[in-house]
Amino acid sequence: MNKIPSALNLGIRRGGLEIRQFARQRESVVFTLLFPVILLAIFGSVFKDTIAPGVTFSQYFVAGMIASGLVNTGFQALAITIPMERDVGGLKRLRGTPMPASSYFIGKAILIAVSMIIQIVLLFGFGLLFFGVEMPTELSKWLTFTWLVLLGSACSTALGIAFSIVPKSGRGASAVVSPIVIILQFFSGVFFVFTQLPTWMQQLAAIFPLKWLTQGMRSVFLPDSFATQEVAKSWETGRTFLILVLWLVIGIFFSVRKFKWDRD
Amino acid sequence: MNVIEVKGLKKSYGQVHAVRGVDLSIPAGEIFALLGPNGAGKTTTVEILEGFRSRDAGQISILGFDPQTQGHAARQWRDRIGIVLQSAADAGDLTVIETVEHFRGYYSKPRNTDEVIAAVGLENKTGALIRNLSGGQRRRLDVALGIIGSPELLFLDEPTTGFDPEARRAFWALIEQLRGDGTTILLTTHYLDEAEALADRVAVINNGLIVEVSTPAELGGRATSKALVSWRDGSQVKTEESDNPTSVVARLTSHFGGEIPELSVTRPSLEDIYLKMIGGVHEQDS
Repeated sequence: MNKIPSALNLGIRRGGLEIRQFARQRESVVFTLLFPVILLAIFGSVFKDTIAPGVTFSQYFVAGMIASGLVNTGFQALAITIPMERDVGGLKRLRGTPMPASSYFIGKAILIAVSMIIQIVLLFGFGLLFFGVEMPTELSKWLTFTWLVLLGSACSTALGIAFSIVPKSGRGASAVVSPIVIILQFFSGVFFVFTQLPTWMQQLAAIFPLKWLTQGMRSVFLPDSFATQEVAKSWETGRTFLILVLWLVIGIFFSVRKFKWDRD
Repeated sequence: MNVIEVKGLKKSYGQVHAVRGVDLSIPAGEIFALLGPNGAGKTTTVEILEGFRSRDAGQISILGFDPQTQGHAARQWRDRIGIVLQSAADAGDLTVIETVEHFRGYYSKPRNTDEVIAAVGLENKTGALIRNLSGGQRRRLDVALGIIGSPELLFLDEPTTGFDPEARRAFWALIEQLRGDGTTILLTTHYLDEAEALADRVAVINNGLIVEVSTPAELGGRATSKALVSWRDGSQVKTEESDNPTSVVARLTSHFGGEIPELSVTRPSLEDIYLKMIGGVHEQDS
């Protein structure tokens, strides 16, 4: 007798299928992948000042854009599209097959990771060519960047899957999810310099992962001298790692325990 | 061993007792139809058997598994069953062949993709995006995804809703083909002619209880019920109920000395019997 394919094997196949489906939705491909670039163009053109010696706002903003790209592409996209899949009966059909839930989750994680890599490449390309964004030169900064993208992407995927249980319908999902993301972006120092925000806003933002992702990305893209201008006078890399891992665990726990395959 | 064995199944939603003690035994290779009006407990029963819903009471064995089984055992169980749900409108951006090929990868001993696509009559649509399929074509794709894993047991929920008569006939032929392969099928349908054409046995469920289980020909005493002979005698249409319609016709033949005007001999249709059964239970209940 043949064996049932492994969960990982099926997860990789689902990832391929998810990417193929995503690639065929042209409007959303263009919008999702170019949105951070468009924002960089707008903010880079409006704010031409430097916020510290040798640090342009564009440079500061690239860090925020990559961090919030992780939230948009993972959390926001999944928390909206999964309820839509659920509405049309697609999830229930999958539930009736031998494909395990973990394969479905792995497929989503692959889609988010690939989409994130493309976004980052585009953002770097436009940033370098048009907005004088400087790339880090030290290997250690690229290592930090790599684990931040991987952990951030995983965290965002898990939380997006977990949050997909909240919207009652696909139609209402966007109205529930989008405001949360936008408010989080303002509070977390994506659009403004974090230390210029009111203290209560900073403290609230510190509960959620976006603030830490943004700060982590600043440690990659801004000179180390800028660390003294952070709230804690340092990049807090270790704490960032721990908080992201904690949110990842929370996301996985609710995804596995509470995922809804059916409308009712 | 029976493929489906259910004893004392119960399920309530708050104060609503949807299923009030259902027993079912379905042997391997049988096509079994579950009939019942909306709200009778039909969907709840089937969804419990499919593992989509929990139950309040009762024993269930489907291919030797409890539908609430979790983990790896649940995968082994689902590897052997196929489910065609009432509606699924997902994956519009994939083609027919991509979708069937992908689902094929979920199973340990799947059927051949091209054969399955041909069996449901979509061989001219393999490269078409699902969003561009008609309702009937989409339904046939649903069936293709239900049988790609070569299931031992197939759940078919209202499979031909929205089909034109020709597509329905083609679909029935497909089910006969699956019967030939030895697949056990649990069919729910609103169409009594469909149950009559396909099912070895039918069960009528109403108010959460099985009213009767029988062959379509014998349901509600249909086989032994009186036949109705009707004919025209001058300006009048006359009718006579009889256990021996042949002798009535013989008598009339000699009476008319040959051809009997507007002769017809009818027995109650499955639909007549069914409506009487679910009507009768409603009356008892109120």
